[in-house]
Amino acid sequence: MGLINPATENRTDETTTVSAVSPNFVTTKLDFLTNWARSNSLWPMPFGTACCAIEFMATAASRFDLARFGMERMSFSPRQADVLICAGRLPFKLAPVIRRIWDQMPQPKWSISMGACASTGGIFDNYSMVQGIDTIIPVDVYVPGCPPRPEGLLYGILLLQKKIKGETIADDALREEKLVGPSGLFLPPERVDELSEPFGNSVQQTRSS
Amino acid sequence: MTELSPSVAALRSEFGPAVERHFVSSGQTAVYISRDRSHDVLGWLKDSSGQEFNFLTDITAVDYRDPERPLEVVYQLRSLGRKADLRVKIALDKQTPLELRSVYDLWRGADWLEREVYDMFGVTFLGHPDLRRILMWETYAEGYPLRKDFPLRGHFSRAEQTRQALAANPEAHYSLEELSIAEAYGELPKEMQERLARGERGFLK
Repeated sequence: MGLINPATENRTDETTTVSAVSPNFVTTKLDFLTNWARSNSLWPMPFGTACCAIEFMATAASRFDLARFGMERMSFSPRQADVLICAGRLPFKLAPVIRRIWDQMPQPKWSISMGACASTGGIFDNYSMVQGIDTIIPVDVYVPGCPPRPEGLLYGILLLQKKIKGETIADDALREEKLVGPSGLFLPPERVDELSEPFGNSVQQTRSS
Repeated sequence: MTELSPSVAALRSEFGPAVERHFVSSGQTAVYISRDRSHDVLGWLKDSSGQEFNFLTDITAVDYRDPERPLEVVYQLRSLGRKADLRVKIALDKQTPLELRSVYDLWRGADWLEREVYDMFGVTFLGHPDLRRILMWETYAEGYPLRKDFPLRGHFSRAEQTRQALAANPEAHYSLEELSIAEAYGELPKEMQERLARGERGFLK
């Protein structure tokens, strides 16, 4: 389970931006407080497009009870949401839609890519499907599974809470979003191609077939 | 359930050489008709007494693996009163422009079905009032995905596909009718009224 933020991952050539406020007693205590509050009251923006959304609903329902983690309030308006949960496959036609929703969410915001299709395109290695939503928006946690069981999603959410608890307000770079040129892409085109490369059984199939 | 639909004999006596071969498969009759008289034949099947195929179940198309074989447009007809089905096929030679008379004037339900065939196979339906892509976005530039010569992952690189998809403007892709805002037109912002009046769709070539 990788805790990778594609927006920050490939900035190896730059030094990490630390704002004028260097970590000290005050900021670390403030961090503790804000992160405690943020991680325990995440409001999810459910972006359900397929069967993963059924499992997501099961997670939110009484048996698995997402409310235990402070997430009982589904935010169907992106402007009141903290975490975007993409549950299901994402066709290219929906790519501008999820990007718009992501842009409408106020900082601080996180995202969970739920299931194989959202994370990699899954079995849909074809002309119409986005090969992983990390080519469209930054992703904090990838939950594997087809679809993931509610326990899997809960584990992903717990990992996200853990990640949030490790953040610091002294690091502006955590909230930074940079587009690559005027193309509207988050990642350089070569990186998008690389992420979209076929894997598993798909490699038997050439692009021309 | 393997007998031939009586409609085939009626078609032959009415249209003669415009009706080509026919066959029965799994109890369903399929008949080929010539593309020039397709609209006449389908109109006759809909309106003449004894046929009354008043329900157009589906329009689709088939592109065969063999590149020599013509592309076939398939009309699945149903007579609700007689409880009878008929499949009508029209072969379109790929050397000629893939054009066919629209049956929108016969069955209103053909509207989106023909748009889908246009979107997926590139068959142009002459006389269709609003022939636009329906599944892919309107500025989709890679071709017609269900053709056999279309590569599974598309023609462009994934980065280019992603860039084009993100450049699409989702709100601009619907006509007034589709958005059901024709009545609310007067209350829309002025800038939006102008855009809709111009028939503006996307901005990507």
